[in-house]
Amino acid sequence: MEIKSLTIDAARAAIQNCTITATALAGSLYAKIATDDPQIGAYLTLSKERALAKAAEMDALAAKGEKLPPLGGVPVGVKDVMATRGVRTTAGSKILGNYIPPYDCTAVARLEAAGAVVLGKLNCDEFAMGSSNENSAWHPVHNPRDLSRVPGGSSGGSAAAVAADMAVAALGSDTGGSIRQPASFCGVVGLMPTYGRVSRYGLIAFASSLDHIGPLTKTVKDAAIVLQVIAGRDPMDSTSAAVAVPDYRGELEKPVRGLKIGMAKEYFGEGLDREVRAAIEAAIEKLAKLGCEVVPVSLPHTQYAVPAYYIVATAEASSNLARFDGVRYGYRADGVRTLSEMYRRSRDQGFGTEVKRRIMLGTYALSAGYYDAYYLKAQRVRTLLTRDFEEAFQKVDAIVTPTSPTAAFKLGEKVDDPLAMYLADIYTVTADLAGIPGISVPCGETREKLPIGLQILGRHFDEATILRIAHAYEQAH
Amino acid sequence: MKVTEKDVVYVADLANLELTDQERTRMLRDLNSILEYIDRLNELDTANVPPMAQVSDRYGVDQSKQGSERFAYASREDVHQGLRKSLPHDVALENAPDSDGMFFKVPKVIER
Repeated sequence: MEIKSLTIDAARAAIQNCTITATALAGSLYAKIATDDPQIGAYLTLSKERALAKAAEMDALAAKGEKLPPLGGVPVGVKDVMATRGVRTTAGSKILGNYIPPYDCTAVARLEAAGAVVLGKLNCDEFAMGSSNENSAWHPVHNPRDLSRVPGGSSGGSAAAVAADMAVAALGSDTGGSIRQPASFCGVVGLMPTYGRVSRYGLIAFASSLDHIGPLTKTVKDAAIVLQVIAGRDPMDSTSAAVAVPDYRGELEKPVRGLKIGMAKEYFGEGLDREVRAAIEAAIEKLAKLGCEVVPVSLPHTQYAVPAYYIVATAEASSNLARFDGVRYGYRADGVRTLSEMYRRSRDQGFGTEVKRRIMLGTYALSAGYYDAYYLKAQRVRTLLTRDFEEAFQKVDAIVTPTSPTAAFKLGEKVDDPLAMYLADIYTVTADLAGIPGISVPCGETREKLPIGLQILGRHFDEATILRIAHAYEQAH
Repeated sequence: MKVTEKDVVYVADLANLELTDQERTRMLRDLNSILEYIDRLNELDTANVPPMAQVSDRYGVDQSKQGSERFAYASREDVHQGLRKSLPHDVALENAPDSDGMFFKVPKVIER
């Protein structure tokens, strides 16, 4: 069976018809991982025992002629920030190097309940902090399209695994663009659902008011199928919303004719690569040809999104990461005499440079005398950014932008300049701050054959519309 | 320079970090460069803009209600003994760097 471009439906149908067993399919993906992943570095831990048990369960169902669940036997990967019972979960950090969770993340449990075969845990920037996957404490990930380039971050392993056919689909997390930007860099589809749409129970927290879980897939339809399975209220996460989950797959084929699509000039300014701009403009033209009405909108506070984001996100991170103290789990420094020395040494030795930088920035922003000037100020600006979207969505059904100002950059290019790295998120952070959904869908390549991503943003809880537009574009492209 | 070396030491202490001399020098440079960029937020007059702490504040909160009822979207049934059993003792201790089978063990708490 051809693994390349294998989609969820195709894999499930083949297993259902007994053309291939789920066990054999998992085996051929593990073989591909063994030959290809040493050059790419997408996986951190393989969960073979668990994968093969699930595959056998699906094979037994298929053999009896029973209908497989929506992801029956489909091999997937999971970003290493999601807890998996009995399978090492490091969040890309040395401080959790030996952590074996005693419970499952809800999104992972729902995937498995829908029949998915979890092959293993995918590399990422440490605690999902980064835009290039170079902040992984273990090893960087190389972009499968050009091994000298980054896959994007922080869900770089998830995007690379799907792009290199080492998983049919993957879960990632998005706090400032960490699903959409790597999807764009690796030429796959990445969906960040609305804040609250997918439970974060079992997601190792980075910034709780910004963290989202979502799929990275080869097609828009696959993203809809995964979202269908993981979406919906979870009593274990009080921030998961009790909002009805529509039939995403059914909505996908509805016509896009007559939909109003906003184009905001603020996303086409200084810093946008010429080739990326040309690809996005061509994509917008294509949408117009499909019958969408392109409407100019303004999101006037956009330039303030990155500075506001790096205060809100780091402030929340400094609080969330206080739990890593060497007491209950994770790394503990040797040779310490007192409790406070133990906290300090364990954190000092366990966290990498970028994580320490963000803890420091966040602690500074929350400290006495600076709270109003930084944290409260950023929260007020967050209101302005959200209002920008609310006003624009009075006029349009979706907004299209580039996902990233450039295609994938070279490994090492930005590691010494944190600010330059932060600006890689310039088109993605605003949606996280506002809590609206966004999808990145491939829309062409640069002359150097590097993928370019089109970002489509939608109203709160209206993933159906952006999926529908992305699907129509993908089919026509 | 907004942040001084003294600030770096103070903030590291608040964050339970030690930082080497080299890390401190680098942190000083990076924090100042990032904060200088962040200062552009001051171009905006936000005196009459309410702060936004949570996305759910914008769609979940029932403004017509008072007190905790406003946040009903985040509540769940109060079930005796909770919705699930707590982790068994041995499982909860499994990841501990040091334990005596009953408690987590840590170095001396009171310093002399």
